[in-house]
Amino acid sequence: MKTKNISEFIAFNIFRLLSLIIVLVLVAILSFIVVRGVKVISWEFITSMPKEGMTQGGIFPAIVGTLCLVTGSMVFAFPLGVLSGIYMNEYMRATWFKKFMKLMTNNLAGVPSIVFGLFGMSLFVNTLGFGDSILAGSLTLGLLSLPVIIRTTEEALKGIDNTYREGSYALGATKLQTIRRVILPMAYPNIITGFILSVGRVSGETAPILFTVAAYFLPKLPSGVFDQVMALPYHLYVITTSGTNVETSRGMAYGTALVLIIMVLVLNISATLIRKKLNKKMKAN
Amino acid sequence: MKKIFEKAAHAVLFTSSTVSIITVLLIILFLFREGVGLFGKKPIEDGQVLLVNKLNPVSKLTSDELKNIFDQEYTNWRKVGGTNDSILLFRIDDIFNYYTEEELAGIDTNIQLLNEKVSELVGKQIGMVAFISKTQLVLNNKVKIIEVEPVSVSGFFGGELWFPTSQPAAQFGVLPLLLGTLWVSLLAILIALPFGLATAVYMAEIARPSVRSMLKPVVELLAGIPSVVYGFFGLIVIVPLVQQLFNLPVGETGLAGSIVLAIMALPTIITVAEDSIRNTPRSMKEASLALGATHWQTIYRVIIPYASSGITAAVILGIGRAIGETMAVLMVTGNAAIIPHTILQPMRTIPATIAAELGEAAKGGMHYKALFALGCILFLITMLVNITVEFISGGKRIKR
Repeated sequence: MKTKNISEFIAFNIFRLLSLIIVLVLVAILSFIVVRGVKVISWEFITSMPKEGMTQGGIFPAIVGTLCLVTGSMVFAFPLGVLSGIYMNEYMRATWFKKFMKLMTNNLAGVPSIVFGLFGMSLFVNTLGFGDSILAGSLTLGLLSLPVIIRTTEEALKGIDNTYREGSYALGATKLQTIRRVILPMAYPNIITGFILSVGRVSGETAPILFTVAAYFLPKLPSGVFDQVMALPYHLYVITTSGTNVETSRGMAYGTALVLIIMVLVLNISATLIRKKLNKKMKAN
Repeated sequence: MKKIFEKAAHAVLFTSSTVSIITVLLIILFLFREGVGLFGKKPIEDGQVLLVNKLNPVSKLTSDELKNIFDQEYTNWRKVGGTNDSILLFRIDDIFNYYTEEELAGIDTNIQLLNEKVSELVGKQIGMVAFISKTQLVLNNKVKIIEVEPVSVSGFFGGELWFPTSQPAAQFGVLPLLLGTLWVSLLAILIALPFGLATAVYMAEIARPSVRSMLKPVVELLAGIPSVVYGFFGLIVIVPLVQQLFNLPVGETGLAGSIVLAIMALPTIITVAEDSIRNTPRSMKEASLALGATHWQTIYRVIIPYASSGITAAVILGIGRAIGETMAVLMVTGNAAIIPHTILQPMRTIPATIAAELGEAAKGGMHYKALFALGCILFLITMLVNITVEFISGGKRIKR
């Protein structure tokens, strides 16, 4: 073998090895939590209240809390984000203002989630007087996903070739008709993928809900939007770090982590499936 | 009819994007309004004053000096530019050390008497500094109030002490937090970089499509796992590992945080770098191969140099992600707000500080404002990261 082939051989195998290590890291994290969490998870674990200082019982209120927060944030952020994305990509002319908006949404998409927590606390909890509540938490989480949804929508729309728009106009369709009948159906799978990934992100976020909604221990279900709730990620955080029962509640922690991971897995897999379907459809066209 | 619908749709779309714009601006407004409020205010608790003898030439103290005085690090007024007198600390409970029970008779009901006694005492003792509440204040001609220097921008960024709840004056020195954040994030990137870049190159150039389609979900899953789960994993696996490996008293160190952050920053680095590597024009690659270069030579002589701006963007975005990460870091770095000397000691980052302390900070108080100022720093760092990436990529679309 020539020297340049040897160096290629070595380099490629190093790359292969390093990539393999990343896969192994993921496998290690997942299997670590799955193996220990499976022993804890049961129907009872998912559907009952926490007991004995959160060392026994289940995580039902945390699951309900997270569902409330995800629903609340998406009700707020998804329509607003998609409509804004459509406006910015289809209607807004390319001025300095559009550039500024783009910079701002890009910026906001990268802002650490704890900063959203600060803002949510300052505006929703204190200034508007919602207190620690589902409403305040949902709005904060909604704001967190708003820039992401706007951007995925814009990207989805931008990916559609202009010939489709022009073809539609040439047939006498109005702008609204073009968007509704031609553009949106094509962008739809990408927008939905973005939506699912946002749900995944929102359901796992802890920092924004620390000071806007999350309750340490609240063994009852919320009765309105002004109630506090427990949430899965925050629950995992508190039972692993604070309290006197850190060791005895380990089992609960594994179970909670597993539920979180399963949620993320399901969401990610469905997003991947939708994207695959889209790719096939695009190829068929 | 059609026209009305068009108009209505336009109006709805316009409104929603206006709402989005307004919320974006509101975030900036609220963050900075609270954060900027920290500066120019005195770091002494509301309603408290410091009383000294009028003959004492010192009229102004910084909060660092105050801390040293009340920690009894400084025992002589010379240290803070005064006369050669020893410092006598006085808190309201100390009154019984100076007066007899008879002299203080009826003091429980007669606040006025207590107040007069305090001022009388300070007037007699040249070296005394009394930390009392404003309601206890009776000024006579032998005492004066000592001023506390307000929080300044340079004091905030250059201060080496972060004691936001210390009495009588809080210390808001952001340096230990800033350094902690930088140490943890930069080491995280150093760890993540070889793995991230190798995987990006492997996925984009070397791997067969079937292998690539297996690696892609792996990266997506790594990005999707909630940070609190990483924190949990770090706390149970990585922290004890670090502790055993380096034989440390505690495993919650900057290094443990860096390792967890490295895993978390990987997806960002891989996605952005792979994207830019794949964007290398096919013609350049083929030209290199046609000249007889091997695939490897093409990769490191043609493709990587071409994609270098994208790779730099990937690194910067990775750093940005690491700097802003909150929960995982909060759970594994040990959170000691001291200036770090080695990576093997507990550290505290800016986001972790906000998460750990905001719950205890009184709304609208100095501590609360200081945490918002930290939020502003994070926001500015993010902005810097984004603008840099925009600048480096030079208008090329960077997918994040």
